[in-house]
Amino acid sequence: MGKVILEMKNITKTFPGVKALDNVNFQVEEGEIHALVGENGAGKSTLMNVLSGIYPHGTYEGDIIYNGEVCQFQKIKDSEKKGIVIIHQELALVPQMTIGENMFLGNERGTKNAINWNETYGEADKYLKMVGLSESSRVLVKDIGTGKQQLVEIAKALAKNAKLLILDEPTSSLNETDSRALLDLMLSFKKQGMTMIIITHKLNEVVYVADKITVVRDGSTVETLDCHENEVSEERIIKGMVGREITDRFPKRSGVEIGEVNMEVKDWTVFHPIYAERKVVDNVNFNVRKGEVVGIYGLMGAGRTELAMSIFGKSYGSTITGTMQLNGQTVNLKSPREAIDAKLAYVTEDRKGNGLVLGKSIRVNTSLANMKGVSQRGVIDTDQEYNVAVEYKNKLKTKTPTVEQSVGNLSGGNQQKVLLAKWMFTNPDILILDEPTRGIDVGAKYEIYCIINDLVAEGKSVVMISSELPEVIGMSDRIYIMNEGKFVGEMKASEATQENIMACIIQSTGGGDAA
Amino acid sequence: MASKTVNVLKKNAMLIVLVLVYIFFTIMTGGSMFQAMNFNALITQNAYVFILATGMLMCMLTGGNIDLSCGSFVCFLGAVGGVLMTVKQFGAGVSIGIMLLIGVIYGCVLGFLIAYVNIPPWIATLAGYLAFRGLGTAILSANSTTGSISLSNEETYLALFSGKLFSTPVGQLNLICLIVGIVASVLLVVLVFSTRARKLKKGYEADSLMAVILKSVLGVAAIMLFAYKLALSGGIPTVLVWVVAIVLLYSFITSKTTTGRYFYTIGDNAEATRLSGIDTRKIMFLAYLNMAVLTAVTTFIVSARFQAANSTAGTYFEMDAIAACVVGGVSAYGGSGKITGMVVGATLIGVINLGMSLMGVNADWQKIVKGLVLLGAVVFDILAAKKSTTK
Repeated sequence: MGKVILEMKNITKTFPGVKALDNVNFQVEEGEIHALVGENGAGKSTLMNVLSGIYPHGTYEGDIIYNGEVCQFQKIKDSEKKGIVIIHQELALVPQMTIGENMFLGNERGTKNAINWNETYGEADKYLKMVGLSESSRVLVKDIGTGKQQLVEIAKALAKNAKLLILDEPTSSLNETDSRALLDLMLSFKKQGMTMIIITHKLNEVVYVADKITVVRDGSTVETLDCHENEVSEERIIKGMVGREITDRFPKRSGVEIGEVNMEVKDWTVFHPIYAERKVVDNVNFNVRKGEVVGIYGLMGAGRTELAMSIFGKSYGSTITGTMQLNGQTVNLKSPREAIDAKLAYVTEDRKGNGLVLGKSIRVNTSLANMKGVSQRGVIDTDQEYNVAVEYKNKLKTKTPTVEQSVGNLSGGNQQKVLLAKWMFTNPDILILDEPTRGIDVGAKYEIYCIINDLVAEGKSVVMISSELPEVIGMSDRIYIMNEGKFVGEMKASEATQENIMACIIQSTGGGDAA
Repeated sequence: MASKTVNVLKKNAMLIVLVLVYIFFTIMTGGSMFQAMNFNALITQNAYVFILATGMLMCMLTGGNIDLSCGSFVCFLGAVGGVLMTVKQFGAGVSIGIMLLIGVIYGCVLGFLIAYVNIPPWIATLAGYLAFRGLGTAILSANSTTGSISLSNEETYLALFSGKLFSTPVGQLNLICLIVGIVASVLLVVLVFSTRARKLKKGYEADSLMAVILKSVLGVAAIMLFAYKLALSGGIPTVLVWVVAIVLLYSFITSKTTTGRYFYTIGDNAEATRLSGIDTRKIMFLAYLNMAVLTAVTTFIVSARFQAANSTAGTYFEMDAIAACVVGGVSAYGGSGKITGMVVGATLIGVINLGMSLMGVNADWQKIVKGLVLLGAVVFDILAAKKSTTK
């Protein structure tokens, strides 16, 4: 039994109209990794924002007791002084600056008036070593991958003398290998006595690292599970999160007949738009059948998104070679418009970046890719547009009071539904869904899976790109495995296991050039 | 109910400020601000702001992009017009056609550079800002000894772009002006009530009956006051017709057409718009082509008002247009802003200009006040936005 390092007592935080946290109690012992899990909007981030002083003392009720003293943080600096450091989900690094500059941003080394660059880079290198990064701290952040950027964030936190490290979705943008490395790093920190709180949606990670798991639901802590007392399974955690047993995480598809091939891509090669000699997609061949869900599994950076976007009207890449057939006809789609007209839809992985117009309403977003469907001779029929938005809102069970709501105010799962609605309204035959469940909670994921099943039941085809193995195996009829720009395997879902898919990837990486 | 009232006030804050500022100047000028002649002046002096700001609004919607060259282009195109009409004696029709054509060509070049060559708008138009002022001045000094070309003999041109419709002596009540006012009032009331009825029929949220009546009463009062004052000042200024036509046309484009919609979505998220199958480059191209055409129209009314082309024409026009948009609530980052807001912003700036001139405030102080008003409007907007998001 370690000593309790942090206790949050009876925390209540209200925003006008909503009680985000309702009498929450939360305890963390010294030297443990404590996972905080819950659906989106359950209040995890709010709780951590209260802890780190983003919501200053006085704006919430209750007490924070850290190291035996009651703390009243007014700002982030106050909590950082005590060694409580939070690493946010979105990376907060300046791409054009060096790793060293980023690490000591706001915490510069040197005298008051002048920065001591030798000390900066010297110390930066020391912390980089601690997180296992071999890069020099003089390298620009934009020149290293996302996985390494996440490690820089952690090194930055260490440089602030962190004693209690809070990681908010640290692996959401990392691939499997980098995620595993990060989790192992956390375990090694634990050995050195660091206390950590991790917020994550990925339950396999929770099971892997956590000593204790606290489940948050609807603004209250539901339970705290001790992983050392009993084995805690993912199903057990999900039960706590949604308040009921989900017997099957992937809804069954029944009676969907798989028809003939309606898309065939041959010898597809795509070059990088800037480094024109680099092949991002290398001689890929695949086909999709009517009523089929085809999974494309690959780690981030494997070229999946680039493949999808290059197919979708050449929205990515400089030189693209290869042929593409839709329903037996060879097509050459040169713009997103032509792709849409050919009944193709690409639902992006980056819904905030290039999927949705966040400042605009659900109505405007729903009709955006098919304005012809709600207008005559270029004049919008607002009533019709409204009806369409309402229809999809009901069909996809989007939770919102009205379709005039700004999309930016919706939760991730609901945003994903609006994005799906936009593409469903273009009436496509083939939908390419790029990471359709990224960053959304268990309940919403299930609903998205149901939507996918409905789509193929209508005779449409779905290409699902994902880096979550259970999802690919659970949802697909057939799976392609992609690694380093190439397709390195194809298997029926019934034959696929996590082991043989990973084996495909490891084999191809080892067999390739210097990897 | 109280919060509803607060919301209504907030939504119309600039309009309320406009009324208060007008009352302020009326008091400070001992009532002369309220005289018929000054209603007329408000329109004729500021017509250029309304038209240029309409074009600027379309540019700003696409992502806070601006056109710095429009003021200088007014000078250049005015000089060309002067040469065509007065020196070459081409006549109004041909000259207007050529001037419009030059505007279209400039718009195409500018639009091409910005949309297809990816030159940042402020740099592309900064080049025009410098070059056209010089070119305009050079043309004028090559064709006249005074550096200014008179247009006072071009009756058709002046009749089209300045002067009054159905003019009557000042002080006498112009009946046609009043009738136009009454027709506009009736149209407004019909529009307001039919919109509400349509919304109710479809089961949408609509304004309460009280709000609609209040809106109509205030709207009619404003229109009739304007019509009465203009009737006393000798008739409807021709430029008012141009301004109203352009404002109505662009209100329709921005709120009702698919093309208009794309201007907003590009400003909010260009990549999402592009991947939705919309030709974002074409929209950027259109924004600057449109700007140049409206700049040409501005040139007509400005040179007609001064009855001359001169080298100082159009000075600071680009800044006035940007200011009108910003004061009118058009986002400096793109994606939001309405024509009606811009009209209020432009009128507010016009009222401040006119009021200070009537009070005899010197030009330096006028600039200081305008600068502060601009800053105040932006600060107000950002604070209001903050409040509504923290809710």
